[in-house]
Amino acid sequence: MASMLKVSSNPHVRSKDTTARIMQYVVIALMPATLFGIWNFGLHALLLVLVTVAAAVLSEYIYDRCMKKKNSISDFSAVVTGLLLALNLPPKAPLWIGILGGMFAIIVVKMLFGGLGQNFMNPALGARCFLMISFTSIMTNFECDAYTGATPLAVIKSGAEGSAELLDMFIGRTAGTIGETSTIAILAGALFLLIMKVIDLRVPCSYIVSFVIFILIFGGRGFDMTYIAQQLSGGGLMLGAFFMATDYATRPITKNGQYLFGIFLGIMTGIFRLFGPSAEGVSYAIILGNLLVPLIERVTKPTAFGKGKRRSAQHG
Amino acid sequence: MTEWRDNVDSKKSSMDVFINGLIKENPTFVLMLGMCPTLAVTTSAINGLGMGLTTTVVLVLSNVIISLLRNVIPDRVRIPAFIVIIASFVTIVELLLEGFIPSLYSALGIYIPLIVVNCIILGRAEAFASKNPVILSFFDGLGMGLGFSAALTIIGAVRELLGAGEIFGYAVINNALAGICSIFGAEPIEYVPISIFVLAPGAFFVLAALTAIQNRVKRKRGEKGLSTDKIQSGCVSDCKSCVNSACNHI
Repeated sequence: MASMLKVSSNPHVRSKDTTARIMQYVVIALMPATLFGIWNFGLHALLLVLVTVAAAVLSEYIYDRCMKKKNSISDFSAVVTGLLLALNLPPKAPLWIGILGGMFAIIVVKMLFGGLGQNFMNPALGARCFLMISFTSIMTNFECDAYTGATPLAVIKSGAEGSAELLDMFIGRTAGTIGETSTIAILAGALFLLIMKVIDLRVPCSYIVSFVIFILIFGGRGFDMTYIAQQLSGGGLMLGAFFMATDYATRPITKNGQYLFGIFLGIMTGIFRLFGPSAEGVSYAIILGNLLVPLIERVTKPTAFGKGKRRSAQHG
Repeated sequence: MTEWRDNVDSKKSSMDVFINGLIKENPTFVLMLGMCPTLAVTTSAINGLGMGLTTTVVLVLSNVIISLLRNVIPDRVRIPAFIVIIASFVTIVELLLEGFIPSLYSALGIYIPLIVVNCIILGRAEAFASKNPVILSFFDGLGMGLGFSAALTIIGAVRELLGAGEIFGYAVINNALAGICSIFGAEPIEYVPISIFVLAPGAFFVLAALTAIQNRVKRKRGEKGLSTDKIQSGCVSDCKSCVNSACNHI
């Protein structure tokens, strides 16, 4: 009887949500995009996803063992990191790219900084940028059996009209990384996360809205809805906005900070896409935003109830 | 500021001072001095070695001259006096390099004149040579300089190995892969260089990893009860406790 009574001081957590459960929801939410990518790009994409996830989980296990730390792979975060990284790889990338990326994401970006929750940068995106800089030609080669052309964004950027069909881009029948092509699959996963209350709309909405406004002003096409829709569904924007910018560890915790973070991401993505040398800029925008999170939180720190007046009085 | 001139420890031997600079107080991995050339020129082992040896020459010569003049230079103008001495030697070395090793001269570029403001040299002048006799200062300069050279060469070798698959220009990884593949009778595999390691981020990765390894080795030595003491030559273990020496503002 005595063992059934647990007395602890408040706050009392009533929620059944654990880290592992939230991470499992994210994995489920990523399934539509993953499955579509595998169906779209073939067997090699499946192998790449499996190898990358395995590399991420194994790296975390081995790191924990070597550093004599508590084993942390049961929280599923390494699976999410590996899966997100795999969805950001080109479908024909060699398997060792996935292994190297998974190891870098987990060991360098996450575990060396103290593990889950301590990482200052999204591990999957950190690894993607590491691979982008190291192996540019492999990471920007999107040719595969099904599609031989450039990604829709590259086509738009080069100025060619018509070859990027909007419906194909929405469904995902275009060249691109494994998980980014199908907007509808990503939105289905995002809807699931929203319903399960794993994520909220603050970061994704402010990100997408500010990006659209930026494109309207600087895109040079005015209110060309086709162009805007192509920009929204053509690259990694949807995957980044709903699955990577919303990462708990690397987004601001204050509400206003989250809006600010989203707006910053939107503007940076716009700048990279319109004025940068490459057609895509979501991953660089998000990791730049990650670096600014401590500053954003400092600026948007809310005043505790009852402290507001005194503070303003102190500062004259 | 007279008391620091009496800081001379008569028990210090030349060998102790040399080993101290080379290993115990290695300027790169322990003192964390001279980060600008460490990060910028170590794109290959040969560049690191060239930069390290150039700095060593300047460091030894400036340490000797400053130590000779240590009782002549007034305290108030000691920093400008040190700078003049160091800058003269840097100019000499720069002209010699340009004349005799032009390939290294062009590879190191702006970082040769920047040796003047390398904080190892000014730091050793202030913290050691201006308080110690000539012989000790010579060995301090040699130890610190060779420690710096060794560190830069190691960083350069690791970056070159990962970023280009070579060490000192020899394609070691590809040769090794070809050797292994020929044993199994397979087609030789090409090594794909991780080119981030020859770019700026790679310098930070390698420096951080090597410093961490160095700290781990030192901690292991401490646990075994082996001496990890440094010679009290200006910088103690942390800069907060460093009150009277110049190491926290160089």
